[in-house]
Amino acid sequence: MSERGASLRVKGLESGYGRVNVLRGIDIEVHSGELVTVIGSNGAGKSTLLKTIVGFVTATAGSVSVDDRDLTRTTPERAVGIGVSLVPEGRMLFGPMSVRENLVLGAYSKSGRGEASLAQDLERVYSLFPVLEERAGQSAETLSGGEQQMLAVARALMSKPRVLLLDEPSLGLAPKVIAEIFHTLDALRAEGLSILLVEQDAKLALKHADRGYVMRTGEIVLSGTADDLLADDDVRLIYLGKWHGKDDVR
Amino acid sequence: MGGSELLQFVISGLKNGSIYALVSLGFTIVYASTGVINFAQGEFYMLGGMFSVWAFATFGLPLWLAAIVGILLTAATGILFELLAIRPRKDGDQLSLIIITIGGSLLLSSLARHLFGPDELAIPAFTSGPSVRVFGAAIERQTLWIWGLTITAVVILNWVYNKTKLGRALRACAINRDAARLVGVDTRLIVTVSFALAAALGGLAGLSVAPLTQTAFDAGARVGVKGFAAAILGGLGNPIAAVAGGLMLGLIESMSIAYLSSTYKDAISLLVLLLVLFVRPQGLFSRSRREKV
Ligand SMILES: Nc1ncnc2c1ncn2[C@@H]1O[C@H](COP(=O)(O)OP(=O)(O)OP(=O)(O)O)[C@@H](O)[C@H]1O
Ligand SMILES: [Mg+2]
Repeated sequence: MSERGASLRVKGLESGYGRVNVLRGIDIEVHSGELVTVIGSNGAGKSTLLKTIVGFVTATAGSVSVDDRDLTRTTPERAVGIGVSLVPEGRMLFGPMSVRENLVLGAYSKSGRGEASLAQDLERVYSLFPVLEERAGQSAETLSGGEQQMLAVARALMSKPRVLLLDEPSLGLAPKVIAEIFHTLDALRAEGLSILLVEQDAKLALKHADRGYVMRTGEIVLSGTADDLLADDDVRLIYLGKWHGKDDVR
Repeated sequence: MGGSELLQFVISGLKNGSIYALVSLGFTIVYASTGVINFAQGEFYMLGGMFSVWAFATFGLPLWLAAIVGILLTAATGILFELLAIRPRKDGDQLSLIIITIGGSLLLSSLARHLFGPDELAIPAFTSGPSVRVFGAAIERQTLWIWGLTITAVVILNWVYNKTKLGRALRACAINRDAARLVGVDTRLIVTVSFALAAALGGLAGLSVAPLTQTAFDAGARVGVKGFAAAILGGLGNPIAAVAGGLMLGLIESMSIAYLSSTYKDAISLLVLLLVLFVRPQGLFSRSRREKV
C-alpha cells in the first residue's frame, strides 16, 4: 500500500517437516511490482514454500532475500516487520475478535506510527473492501467465507507490506467473490506491490499474473511468462487432471 | 441460621473467593498464552507473602513498600521461571511442560524453606482498627483491603486486555498463536509477560492475605489447588470467568461450612473440580476451551 514493492529472491531453498524433506531446491524470483504465481497440484509443497519464506518452517538449505536483505531462517514476526506479509491457507483470522480489531492487529508491526496513520490505513483497506467497513463491529467468525478472505487480505495489507504472499485465496469461494478479490490484487499490483500468489486454479492465477512457476513434488518443473504457460501443453493437461498420468513433464 | 450469621459466611466466602480469583486469573492468563496449566501458580501466592514478610521484617521497609517489593520480586520469579524452565523447552509437548511446572513448584517451595525457614510468618494488617460492622456481621479491615486490591487488579487487568497493544497481543496469542506471529506479535515475549502477570497476581493474593492467615513455605499447594479449581469452574476461558469462578468457589466453600461442617472445606474444592470436569468440562462461563476460527 503506497510502499514501493520489493523484490523477493528464493535460491535453492530446501525445507520440510521433521525428517521429511518437502522443498527440494526451489529457485523463484519476484521482481519489484510483479505478480508472480506458483501453481501445482495438492501436496506439491506450495504452502510449505510460503511458510518457509516467512519462517514458520525452517529452511535446511538455500536462501531467501528481500531486496538485498537476507531473510533466510527468519521468523514470521520479523518477516512482517521487514515487509513480507502472508495471507495464509485457512486465513487464520482472530475469530472472536471484531473485523476492526483484526485489522488493528494487522498493523501490530507498525504500531509505532501512531493513531493518524492507523486511521488512514483503515480507510484505505475499507475502500478496497467496502463490505469490511459495514461489518467493522462484527466478529470475524460470523463473516461469510468470501468476507473472511477479504479480511485476511486486508489484515495483511495493514502491515504495509512490500511483498504480499497469498496462499490459495480463491479456495472454496464463489466466482463473484473470487473476481472481486483478484480485481483487488490487480489494483495492488498496478500500484507497484510485489505479489507472490500460490494457486491450485492455474487458469485463474495465470490470467492475473505476469509470470508463473509450476511446482511438483517440491521442485519447480516449469516456468515462464503467464501467456507462455497458458499456451503450454503440459500446463493445459493439469486442468484436465491428467498431470499424474505423465511422467516426463519437460 | 440467622441473617447476620449467614451474612458473616457470605463475607468470609467472598474474602477467600477474592484470593482464589487472583490465583485463578494467574492460571487463566498462562493457559491462554501457552495452553499449559502452570502448577507452580500456588507458589507465586506463597512467594508474595514470604517476600513481603522478608522485606518488612528483615529490611524494615514500610509495609506499603514491602508489599510492592513483594509483588515485584514475585513477578521477577515468574519471569525467571519462564525463562529457565519453560522457554528452553520450545518444542516441548504440553504434558512435559505441565510436569515441568509441577517440578518447578516443588523446587520453589523448597527454595523458600531454605531462604525463609520452616516457620509460619506474618505481617501486620495494612490498617489497624476494629472490624467494620454491617447488619450485625463483622468485616475485618484486612478483608476490605483484599476486596479493594482485587477489584483494582481486575479493573487494571481488564483495561490492559481491552485497551492496550499488549492486551491485544495477549488475546491474539490466546486465540491463535500462529496468527499472532503472522501479524508480528513476539509470542515468546508474550509468554514471558503472561508468567510475570500471573506471578504478580498470585503474589498480590499471597501478601494481602498474609496478615490474616500467616504464611509459610508450604502455603502454595493448598491455594494452588483452590485457584485451579476456580479456573476450571470458570472454564479457563477469559479473565472475567476466572474471577467469577474464584468468587463462586469461595462462596460454595463458605456455605458448605455453614450448612455441613468445616471438616469438608478443603474437600469441597476438589469435589467441585471433579464435578465440573465430569459434567461441564468447558467450565460454567466459557463457550469453549480455546477459541479458534
Ligand atoms: N505440518 C506438516 N507436517 C508434516 N508434513 C506436512 C505438514 N504440512 C504439509 N506436509 C506435507 O508436505 C507436503 C507438501 O504440503 P503442502 O501443504 O506444502 O502442499 P500444497 O502444495 O500447499 O498442497 P495443497 O494444494 O493441498 O494446499 C505434503 O506431502 C504434506 O503431506
Ligand atoms: Mg497448500
